[in-house]
Amino acid sequence: MMYMVLAGALFGIGLSGLFSARHPLRKVLSLNVLSASVFLLLVAVARQSEPLDAVPHAIVLTGIVVTVSTTAVALALLVRLPIRGRQDAAGRPKERP
Amino acid sequence: MGAVTIWPAAVFDGLLALALLWLAWQATHGAGLFRSVVSFIVFGLLMALAWVRLEAPDIALAEAAIGAGVTGALLLSALGRLEYSDDRGASAPREWWLWVPAGLAVLGLLAVVAWQLPTPGLGEHVDSALARSGVDNPVTAVLLNFRAFDTLLEVGVLLLAAIVLWSFGAVARPLVPAVPSPALPALGRLLFPVFVLLSVYLLWRGSHAPGGAFQAGAVLGAGGILMLLSGRARGCPARFLGVAFYRWVWLVWWPWRPGRPLWGSVSLPILSLGQPRRSCCLS
Repeated sequence: MMYMVLAGALFGIGLSGLFSARHPLRKVLSLNVLSASVFLLLVAVARQSEPLDAVPHAIVLTGIVVTVSTTAVALALLVRLPIRGRQDAAGRPKERP
Repeated sequence: MGAVTIWPAAVFDGLLALALLWLAWQATHGAGLFRSVVSFIVFGLLMALAWVRLEAPDIALAEAAIGAGVTGALLLSALGRLEYSDDRGASAPREWWLWVPAGLAVLGLLAVVAWQLPTPGLGEHVDSALARSGVDNPVTAVLLNFRAFDTLLEVGVLLLAAIVLWSFGAVARPLVPAVPSPALPALGRLLFPVFVLLSVYLLWRGSHAPGGAFQAGAVLGAGGILMLLSGRARGCPARFLGVAFYRWVWLVWWPWRPGRPLWGSVSLPILSLGQPRRSCCLS
């Protein structure tokens, strides 16, 4: 039961981070927290049943891999994203000192 | 007597929940991007503990290897190549009139769905069909036998991600500009066979105990990322790692090839290949 409440609280934190964060990397982190909360809810519900239900566990495993794929694509986009005002004439980001 | 045995577990759960909440807050609202990323990695590790407490050791293994390990490496490598923008934590929540009601609605919907789920679940069905699946671990049986199409589609998602990443082309800033210490590449060379061995063990273990293809692929991917970060594969990482991985995976996979349905599963080599390939084209 406590883990369901925890899942709800993490959901709130992730959602608020997703909407209020300024930096895109922080949005990616928030999205990960959000998905972790949903997984937590799924497994906490699955734990109630007897015998232990393996199907939600498999779904969460699948979900974790899909989350990593999403994160990888988002980060690859993010790395190619020049911050405004910090690029040279050719549009490439300047090297950090 | 019962209270004495239940007490420590409840205290542990409470502390774990508080730590998770604090780390999630740090990751999403804390000051400094590096701190946020590190908080998130620790969050992933503590989530693995939470999975153990929820009697889901398979997910705990996957979370520790994929969630904390691979995601953490991806986040750190992206962080090293980002322009530091003016990030001072989160701003004041914008558009709160939109996301607060929307978030509450989604949360309520989730709660209702969770409430209305059929209570016995599918545990008995899985147990009754377990003998026909060829493995003893119910989670592996669900992943590779009963819901094999889900797993196949998930490999499709991985493939899609890999295609998207390849289509981006090379990134302007390389991952490892210079390796100051000669010990790092040597360490990478030394540790990589251990990673391969560990992933084979996890794969084999998955047939009767927590473990399996996902975790094995993740550990192999983590080994590839280690090679990449330690500068072993400097210069042309994708090509070099590709050759190395094909060689290792072929070596590992070959003895198991004939017969057994689990080892012959198509998703397995693709999964183990997909993750390292994806991570190295991110560099």
